[in-house]
Amino acid sequence: MSERDKDMGGESTELSAEDFLDPLEIPELQPGVMEDSKPYEAAPEFQESLGFPGELVPDWKERAIAMIGELRDKYRGFRVYLDACVKCGACTDKCHYFLGTGDPKNMPVARQDLLRKVYRRHYTFAGKYMPWLVGAEDLTEEVLDDWYAYFHQCSQCRRCSVFCPYGIDTAEVSMAAREIMDEIGKGQKYCNEIIGKVHTIGNNLGLQKPALAATLEDLEEDLEDDTGLEIKLPLDQKGAEILLVTPSADFFAEPHIDGLLGYAKVFHAAGASWTISSYASEAANFGMFIGSYENMRKVSLRIRKAAEDLGVKRIIFGECGHAWRVAYSFLNTLAGPFDFLDQRYPIPQHICEYTYDLIQRGVLKFDKSKNDHIRLTFHDSCNIARASRMGDKPGGQFEIPRAILRAVCNHFYDMPEDTIRESTFCCGGGGGLLTDEIMELRKKGAQPRMRALQEVAKEHGVTHMAAICAICKTQFAKVMPEYGFAMDSIVSVHQMVSNAIILEGARDGADDDDEDEE
Amino acid sequence: MLTTIYALLFYGAAAVLVFGLGFRIWQYATTPAPLKIPTTPAPVTKGGVVLRLLREVVLFESLFKANKWIWVFGWLFHAALLVVLVRHLRYFIEPVWTVVALIQPIGVYAGFAMVAGLVGLWARRILVPRIRYISAPSDHLMLLLLIAIGASGLVMKYFVRTDIVALKAFFLGLLRFDWQPLPADPVLLVHLGLVALLMIIFPFSKLLHVPGLFFSPSRNQVDNPRERRHLADWAARLEQGEG
Repeated sequence: MSERDKDMGGESTELSAEDFLDPLEIPELQPGVMEDSKPYEAAPEFQESLGFPGELVPDWKERAIAMIGELRDKYRGFRVYLDACVKCGACTDKCHYFLGTGDPKNMPVARQDLLRKVYRRHYTFAGKYMPWLVGAEDLTEEVLDDWYAYFHQCSQCRRCSVFCPYGIDTAEVSMAAREIMDEIGKGQKYCNEIIGKVHTIGNNLGLQKPALAATLEDLEEDLEDDTGLEIKLPLDQKGAEILLVTPSADFFAEPHIDGLLGYAKVFHAAGASWTISSYASEAANFGMFIGSYENMRKVSLRIRKAAEDLGVKRIIFGECGHAWRVAYSFLNTLAGPFDFLDQRYPIPQHICEYTYDLIQRGVLKFDKSKNDHIRLTFHDSCNIARASRMGDKPGGQFEIPRAILRAVCNHFYDMPEDTIRESTFCCGGGGGLLTDEIMELRKKGAQPRMRALQEVAKEHGVTHMAAICAICKTQFAKVMPEYGFAMDSIVSVHQMVSNAIILEGARDGADDDDEDEE
Repeated sequence: MLTTIYALLFYGAAAVLVFGLGFRIWQYATTPAPLKIPTTPAPVTKGGVVLRLLREVVLFESLFKANKWIWVFGWLFHAALLVVLVRHLRYFIEPVWTVVALIQPIGVYAGFAMVAGLVGLWARRILVPRIRYISAPSDHLMLLLLIAIGASGLVMKYFVRTDIVALKAFFLGLLRFDWQPLPADPVLLVHLGLVALLMIIFPFSKLLHVPGLFFSPSRNQVDNPRERRHLADWAARLEQGEG
C-alpha cells in the first residue's frame, strides 16, 4: 500500500527534488493568484436559521461600516489590533497559506489591512481626510469580494500572533470580518449549514439519535470481536460519572473512529462510568469560526444542558483542535459556572489529560511493540498549541500528547523545531475551510507541514503522523497523497493508545490483522 | 513672534499628546475583552503576565522570534531613542539629575544608533518586496520624520551648534509659564517643529502600538479560564436577557 502511494507521490513535483524542501521557504509574491478561491455562499434558508439576512442586504455598505464600529466597541482585541499594527513585516512570512500560495494578500498584515483600510477610511482622522496617505479605502464591491475570498483563506490558527511584537491576532480580525459578512447577508455555506445542524440535531453531521446508537453498537461489536471483551460505548446513560463530548467525525470517519475506540478502551481499563450524549453529540463549535459569540454560546449551552440532564460529574473532550479551544478557553465563560460538576477535576478536561493521568498513576499498561510497525511523529494542532493548555503548566498541550505517544510506541521523532509546538503549522483545513470547493487552497496550505513531514520521513524513516484534531485528520487523509504519503499515514493519538493498551482478559493477537482494514 | 509661535506650538502639542493618548488608553481600558484569548503557552499568573509584557517591552521577544533583521534595527532604534530621550531631559530639568548627567557621554552615540536603526528599517521597507507591498505612504513618512528629527539633532551637535543655554531657558520658561526667547537657528526650528509634529500625530497614528501592546489580550491575559470564570458586562447582560 505504501508502495502505491510512493508511486503517486513520485509524479508530483514536490518529491522530485533530491534535497529537502524547506518548509519555511518564502515564495515570490504572486499578486491575485488566489483571488478566485472562494467557498460557496450560504443559501438564504441557512442564513436565516442563524438569524442572519438571507442574501446581501441593499444597504450592505452602511451596515458593514457600522458593524466595524460595533465590534470595535465590543472586543478590545479587535480595537487594539486595528490601531497597533506598524507594518513592520514580522508576520509576512508566517502564514501557511502565504507560504503555500505566494499571494501577498495571504500575508497576515495584508489580510488584516483588507478590513483595516475600510476602518481607517471611516473611523480615523487621517483616513477621513487624507485616505491616500494612510492607505485608507472605501468599501466597494471589489473590497467585499476580497473580504470573502481572503478572510476564507485564514484558518484562524494564530501562528502570526506568536510572532507579532504586539500579539496582533489575524484570527480575531478574520472572525470579525466573517461576522460582518454574515450580518450583511454574505455568509459561508459550509460553516453556517453545520452550525444550523448542531442547533437542530446536535452534531455537525446531522446524525440522529437512532443512527448514532446503531453506530455505537456496531463499534461495540467490533471491539468485542477484537478483544473478546465487552467494552461499552454508552449513549445517554443517566447517572454516568463522565460525559464524553467528542467531534462527530469520531463516529464515522477514519482515522477518527480508531481514536474513539481508544477512548473506550481507556475508560474500560480505568473502570470509569461514562457516556456520550445524543443531545450534545458534537465537540466542534463552528460558531467560533464565524466570530459569532451568540452562536458559539448556543452550541456550548447544549453541552451544559446534556451534562445537567444526564447528571454527570465530569466533562471530558475528545480529540478536536478548535473544539478544545472553545472548551478550554471559552466554555466556562459561555456556559458556566459549572458548579454542579465535581470540582476536583478540571472543567472541562481533555481526553489526553485523562489518559496521561492514568499513565502517571500506573493504571494503564501498554505493549509498545504493537506499534513497532509505525515510526511516528506528532502534529501539534494549531488551536490546541496556541489557544489552549493541558495540565497545570504552560506548554502542557505540547508535552502531554507526546508523553502519551512515547508511552505507547518505541519510535517517536519530532519534526523540525520551527514547525512544531507554538510554531506549528495549521493542517491547511482549519477555521471552517474544510470544504472541497477550496481544495486547491487546502492542498497548498498543507505544504509547510507536509515538507516538515517529508524531512523526518527521509531522516528518520517516519511513516505516520499522529494528531488530536478531527479537522487535521480529515484534511491530512485528503491531502497527504498529494505529498507522497498514504492517506492512512495520519493516525489518532488514541488510536496509538488503542493499539498498545493491554486490557485484562483480552484475547491477545486477535486484532493484528483485522485492524488495518476495519 | 517666533518664541510665541513655538511656545504655543509646544503647549498645543503637549496637550494633544497627553489628552489624545489619555483618551486612547481610556478607550482601550474600557472596551471589554469578552473572551480569554492569550496566545499560548501563556503565563498562568498575573506576575507571569507582567514578566511576559516586560520581555516584550524591553527585549521585543516576539519580534526576535519572528525576524532577526527587523529585530536588530527595531530594537536598536527604540533603545537608542530611549537613551536620547533621557539625555534630552537635561533641557527640561534644573538641576540635572545624576542619571541624566551620567548618560550624557553615550547619548551622542545613541543619536547615531537611532538613525542607523531607522535607516535599516527603511531600507527593508523599500528593498524587501513583502514589506514594500504592505507599506502605505504614511509608513515611509513616519520613518522619514524620525530620521529627520535624529539627523537635525546630530547636525546641531556637529555642524551648526545652537545656543543650548538659551534653549534650556526657553523650555524651563515654558514649564514655569515665564517665556524666554528661543534661539532663531533654522536647524533648531526644524528639529523642534518636527518633534512637535510627532507629538501631535502620536495619538492618531500607528504610534498607538505603544499603549496598544499593554492592552493586547493575546499578550496581557492570564491563562486561567478553567479556574476563573471570565465574563464581560455585555455578555452578562446577554445571559440575563434570557433569564
